[in-house]
Amino acid sequence: MSLIRCKDLKLEYEKNVVLKGIDFEVSSGDYLCVVGENGSGKSTLMKAILGLIQPAGGTIEFGDGLHRNEIGYLPQQTAVQKNFPATVREVVMSGCLNRRGLRPFYSSHDKEEAYKNMKLLDIDLHAGESYRGLSGGQQQRVLLARALCATSKLLLLDEPVTGLDPIVTREMYSVIADLNKKNGITVIMISHDIEAAAEYASHILHLHNYQLFFGSKEDYVRSNAGRQFLGQDITDEIPRGDFYG
Amino acid sequence: MADIMQMFSYPFMVRALIAGTFISLCSALLGVSLVLKRYSMIGDGLSHVGFGALAVAMALGAAPLKFAIPVVIIAAFFLLRISENSTIKGDSAIAIISTSALAIGIISVSLSTGMNTDVYNYLFGSILAMSDSDVILSVILSAIVIILFVFFYTKIFTITFDENFARATGIRAGIYNMLIAVLTAVTIVLGMRMIGALLISALIIFPSLSSMRVCKSFKAVVLCSAVISVICLFAGVCASYIWAAPTGASVVIANLTAFIAFSVAGRIRM
Repeated sequence: MSLIRCKDLKLEYEKNVVLKGIDFEVSSGDYLCVVGENGSGKSTLMKAILGLIQPAGGTIEFGDGLHRNEIGYLPQQTAVQKNFPATVREVVMSGCLNRRGLRPFYSSHDKEEAYKNMKLLDIDLHAGESYRGLSGGQQQRVLLARALCATSKLLLLDEPVTGLDPIVTREMYSVIADLNKKNGITVIMISHDIEAAAEYASHILHLHNYQLFFGSKEDYVRSNAGRQFLGQDITDEIPRGDFYG
Repeated sequence: MADIMQMFSYPFMVRALIAGTFISLCSALLGVSLVLKRYSMIGDGLSHVGFGALAVAMALGAAPLKFAIPVVIIAAFFLLRISENSTIKGDSAIAIISTSALAIGIISVSLSTGMNTDVYNYLFGSILAMSDSDVILSVILSAIVIILFVFFYTKIFTITFDENFARATGIRAGIYNMLIAVLTAVTIVLGMRMIGALLISALIIFPSLSSMRVCKSFKAVVLCSAVISVICLFAGVCASYIWAAPTGASVVIANLTAFIAFSVAGRIRM
């Protein structure tokens, strides 16, 4: 049984169809990269997986004992957060909230969990420091640690390297790859960065308001969509107009 | 010092200080979340609606607080809705609602009693405005606000810091936003009697802004603004007693002084 399976999914945003005919599945241990241009429906698909919007057609099924609120979500940073007075510990702890239900405070188990994840991401020494004082890369690590507190199975990352410099971007990618390989956490990443996707991911879902490609990375690199997007030469027998056809 | 001792011998002063302490605690707690969520103007808008509602209640001869609280809660509901999803942007929507409410208030005042001391008190606040039943209502409602805030503290933090993450982990952010708006509405109506409709939003905004200058953690910001708020209330009330200045304005000036002091302290620490 796969973790997530989408069947003939159709999604709307303000009554406009943004995505249709989406069929894919994610199994335990996969590293799926969702790629596509701005407005291709990547974020809408992510919102649907998180349950923030309802499908207009088709289904999203969760398997392997995964519950919707057990997805570790790394959203894009908002303007509010840049100057937010909170310590690293407070932010990471808030990831434990999905287990708390109506109980008002964190347990000692939550605190251990938060510490474990801070250590895993190398930010345990900054636990008492202010989030707003950290560099962009460290802030992303904090948010990743928070996402790990919410899940032991599936991470959903929304453009995790936006605004990071190239060196920190590399670091971030290798941290994510480690979580996937060493800790066995399934990763779904939304990304503009097709080259990194081709390097790290095991599967690729390419969207263009419909499903342009879904399959393993190896197949993607050989496919028309993949070659076009990766900027490699298209052989003569494939006309360019075929790309969106 | 003798002045201050004498001040406590007046029952109306004691009443005002008790009610004021509770109200300023509430406003400081809620203020942290409102300021960080960029909702400060909602507080300001609600206070104008509060004035309108009090003026209408007066014209109808209804009990002012019992009439105003539900009206302002409804207004809070609408303001939140509008600022979340609408073609009219949040800040202009707030301006429309608050000026309209003010206009309705002014018209109902001039059609009924005219500009009397009551109206003046609602606008600028009066320490004498608090009756015994007002104090009891203020203490009970403020206690409820504080208990709810403490109980939902972890959720309020998460929603304030990152609403998308909160929603994704199954927290019903809409309900908690509504909770914050309703609690704010209650706090504003209660505080209006003493501080005045035109000044009450200062009580919400100033303490949290001051504490954010120096505090690093969310918890410290919340605790610090609660302390600042209560100290400024006492300072303001004492000053207004000693120099016979208007209470509401004195409390706001005390908050402004604290804000400047904390800003300087924050700069030095940087």
